[in-house]
Amino acid sequence: MSSTLGSSIGKKLLMSISGLFLILFLVVHLTVNSFLLVPDGGDLFNAGAHFMATNPAVRVIEPLLALGFIIHILYGVKLTLENRRARGPERYASGKKTQGVSWASQNMLVLGITVAAFLVLHIANFWVKMKITGDPRLEHTTIEIGGVPTQVENAYALVNTTFSYLWIVVVYVIGAVGLAIHLSHGFWSAFQTIGFSNQLWRKRLTILGNIFAWIIGVGFSSIAILQYLFYQPN
Amino acid sequence: MVKLDAKIPEGPLAQKWDNYKANQKLVNPANKRKLDIIVVGTGLAGASAAASFGEMGFNVKVFTIQDSPRRAHSIAAQGGINAAKNYPNDGDSVYRLFYDTVKGGDYRAREANVYRLAQVSNSIIDQCVAQGVPFAREYGGLLDNRSFGGAQVSRTFYAKGQTGQQLLLGAYQALMRQVHQGSVELHTRTELVEIVIVDGKARGIIARNLVTGKLERYFGHAVVLATGGYGNTFFLSTNAMGSNGSAAWRAYKKGAMFANPCFAQIHPTCIPVHGKFQSKLTLMSESLRNDGRIWVPKKKEDAEAIRAGKLRPVDIPEEDRDYYLERRYPAFGNLVPRDVASRAAKERCDAGYGVGATGLAVYLDFKSAIERLGRDAIEARYGNLFQMYEKIVDENPYETPMMIYPAIHYTMGGLWVDYELQTTVPGLFAAGEANFSDHGANRLGASALMQGLADGYFILPYTIQNYLADDISTPRMSTNEKEFEEAEKAAKERLDKIMSIQGKRSVDSIHKELGLVMWDFVGMSRNKEGLQQAIEKIRSIKKEFWSNVRIPGSSEGMNVELEKASRLADFIEIGELMAIDALHREESCGGHFREEYQTEDGEALRQDDKFSYSACWLYKGEDQDPELHKEELKFEVVKPVQRNYK
Amino acid sequence: MEKTINIKLRVWRQAGPKAKGRFETYELKNISTDSSFLEMMDILNEQLISEGKEPVAFDHDCREGICGMCSLYINGRPHGPDDRVTTCQLHMRKFKDGETITVEPWRSAGFPIIKDLIVDRSAFDKIIAAGGYISVSTGGVPDANAIPIPKEAADEAMDAASCIGCGACVAACKNGSAMLFVSAKVSHLALLPQGRVEAARRARNMVAKMDELGFGNCTNTGACEVECPKGISLANIARLNREFLKAKLKE
Repeated sequence: MSSTLGSSIGKKLLMSISGLFLILFLVVHLTVNSFLLVPDGGDLFNAGAHFMATNPAVRVIEPLLALGFIIHILYGVKLTLENRRARGPERYASGKKTQGVSWASQNMLVLGITVAAFLVLHIANFWVKMKITGDPRLEHTTIEIGGVPTQVENAYALVNTTFSYLWIVVVYVIGAVGLAIHLSHGFWSAFQTIGFSNQLWRKRLTILGNIFAWIIGVGFSSIAILQYLFYQPN
Repeated sequence: MVKLDAKIPEGPLAQKWDNYKANQKLVNPANKRKLDIIVVGTGLAGASAAASFGEMGFNVKVFTIQDSPRRAHSIAAQGGINAAKNYPNDGDSVYRLFYDTVKGGDYRAREANVYRLAQVSNSIIDQCVAQGVPFAREYGGLLDNRSFGGAQVSRTFYAKGQTGQQLLLGAYQALMRQVHQGSVELHTRTELVEIVIVDGKARGIIARNLVTGKLERYFGHAVVLATGGYGNTFFLSTNAMGSNGSAAWRAYKKGAMFANPCFAQIHPTCIPVHGKFQSKLTLMSESLRNDGRIWVPKKKEDAEAIRAGKLRPVDIPEEDRDYYLERRYPAFGNLVPRDVASRAAKERCDAGYGVGATGLAVYLDFKSAIERLGRDAIEARYGNLFQMYEKIVDENPYETPMMIYPAIHYTMGGLWVDYELQTTVPGLFAAGEANFSDHGANRLGASALMQGLADGYFILPYTIQNYLADDISTPRMSTNEKEFEEAEKAAKERLDKIMSIQGKRSVDSIHKELGLVMWDFVGMSRNKEGLQQAIEKIRSIKKEFWSNVRIPGSSEGMNVELEKASRLADFIEIGELMAIDALHREESCGGHFREEYQTEDGEALRQDDKFSYSACWLYKGEDQDPELHKEELKFEVVKPVQRNYK
Repeated sequence: MEKTINIKLRVWRQAGPKAKGRFETYELKNISTDSSFLEMMDILNEQLISEGKEPVAFDHDCREGICGMCSLYINGRPHGPDDRVTTCQLHMRKFKDGETITVEPWRSAGFPIIKDLIVDRSAFDKIIAAGGYISVSTGGVPDANAIPIPKEAADEAMDAASCIGCGACVAACKNGSAMLFVSAKVSHLALLPQGRVEAARRARNMVAKMDELGFGNCTNTGACEVECPKGISLANIARLNREFLKAKLKE
């Protein structure tokens, strides 16, 4: 097994699997985030957040998710360094003029760093406050879940306040767009790496990947923008 | 005194090879390990031989001037490979393939060798399929065949237009498998510069490492030359830039006879020369003649206007076009054999009807085929060739006719070998285009690949054992022996001499001069006076070379000019021998056309009573005339007749 | 009729593997647009020889786009500014009068420079030696028609087998990866029933050798496919991944 993961294709497999896992996470995350747009004063979102916080399955998945991020980042850096070495010491003086190669595919590390930088802010903004330090805005609120009044953290308030700062919204939009471009290559590339592609599926996966990437990118950024524009208490 | 003994086995033609194999000597596995074989060249013949020797357990050292064995010029063969499989059930047989090859060669090949070639042809296809060569298949999953010039059956196996490539890669992969297993030692970018003879037997080579420039010594109990043909004597040919006759020439100078050097094949459908810096001619598959019609303008003034760029071919009305092949050969029309088509094109151009900027081109027109079959059908058949043409010439052959002109393509002549593919130097073998054996005076399409692989996979592995069986107790020689030392010294002196000239002319400029002489006087049609002139001219080119060539740099490290110069020095001498041979052969046959010997209609006229032999030339020394030896050809099965394509 | 152009060439010159390289600039006048790129290089060399200088060393052989010997990275692209051609098939009509043309060797750790524009591509041979074949010896094989092979599979194998081993894929790849080359051979043989027998072993050994020789990791940018003179498809890389992972799962 170690020889598999140590090989070039094995390392790429780790990138692919961790990437696909993160893609799944993004789907769930965006779904929950979309509740932010329901104009019910944040009840649905709080219910969703409460579910995510208390569901035992999520507790198992959370460290896995962290592991996914770590593997994806570490191997991304490792592969890039190795690839630079394989490139040799000299660069082409006449540059690279190959047509039809997507910018994203050539700049996955840069895009990844953009996303990672955003991630730091994101985690500081929410995850740290919700899980570790706590925040006055998280004070409990009561909502009905399945007809039962339940005390939950007011995650909505935290989000809503955070998105009242324009600079944060701008950073979020940059992060989301970076993520979208990252995914526009990463999505199909993940499938290619596990071998699930051929002449026909390559086209399909690229189209699907682009659609998915921009749903994610536009989804996350529009939620932040809409929160800033229309959901702030006067 | 060297004696020519073809060592043809006893028995009826069909049983000779079996008889040979039944009675030959073998080498047992334990002894094979003790025997070294040197193989020079990694084309179809060399790679297949080296791989097979390695599989059998011999110690093999293989040499190529390229960076990889996969580059050899066998790779450029487009059309296909013949075999007598008779899969299409159209009446083919070993005998028929044999017969067609002897007839196609204009009755100047050795019957026993050709019959064996036809016999092993089927095994080649089996072998290649087992190796994974992706031959074209039909929807039923079985192999497809196509027809090719000079045959009435479909016996040609093909892999798109890249058959040579696929066969070579098959042999290359088999070779690399042996390299991996350690039975074959691979030397790339290494060129043979001398053959080492010990006690009258070939026992090794001196090779120049083309990267370091150093001379290296290698011992072998036997040496196989599979170094291709000498078509580049003409400078412009369809051969690759690196193809050369030097290894064969070194063998000649060490006593191996050179047979039928004047038999060179001209291919009619090449892209014409465009300018004086042209380096190479590109072949367009012969299959184009299946649908293309060849013509030149009927009126000289039209041809002149076209050459001056004032008229376009499409402006010439139908009635002013001369479809000269259809006119002269109503039965075969555009499908006459290569030599006939080539000469007819030259005749029209010499008469002033040639087209293109140089006047050395004729049209190959697909207009009527496109009208008849539709553009799609033509595209399906020849799309890649049309595209290749457009890339080179920048004209769209769907809209304007292609221009073609004949070019040197293949040399049938080469080192004389007996039935065992052994030259007149014991222990020195020659395979593939480097030997003279199977194609007589003219090679049929799709037969070069067949012969190269037959020699390498199925003939040498047997015959070389028969030779090596007597050598099992010969220990490996040290390369410090005096014979190696002397050979290396001779090679070094020769290279130093070339380096020391420091004259004014580049290698290529002298090579081009040689090429023009060859093309004008020793090319498609030859005559006594011209050949005598050619010999004089070639001798003065030789003087010019040895007094005025300029090689920059030093012999240390990589020096491409030095490599080229060393080869050119040999080409000059090969050219002279070609002219001598062409002058002596007072008949026309196959690729050798002597203007004095033609029928009233301008067809080749053989002189079977005088020239039914292979002319074998023995080197007698630097300023001596070579000595002619004759291997009389006995046709016991096929009766020679005049070819007729009317 | 004949069009000619004047050009400036910036050519990488390097005396030997360990020597320090540099660009030299040469001017060439009246180059026919009908000549091929390598013929233009021949003209340059004639000029250099006549000036008593050393000619530029470059690899070339068949000059008809099949041997895979020619290389050259020209104006930002392997095999220059035309699609689906090798350098020997590139013609001067693709360049403008007065243009400066930059000519560089393949750049990759896997292909060290030997001299000027010549690089050492023997790594490709080593990868093939590691498993790029079907292990059959001469003789003793079944009849060629004993195993029917679906035409589609045979055609696809042929497409993969068209690789000429020129190394443009590695030269174009920002990762210096040889995956397209390796995948073409693995695909060619894996698609045929004869080659399936040792498909797993082949994929394992060839990938291991490729890694060992210092080629980079594929990140699916697709530059190799764009620059491949034979149009070898990226789908082959997916197949190689599949074959390799399957082979590893079986271990």
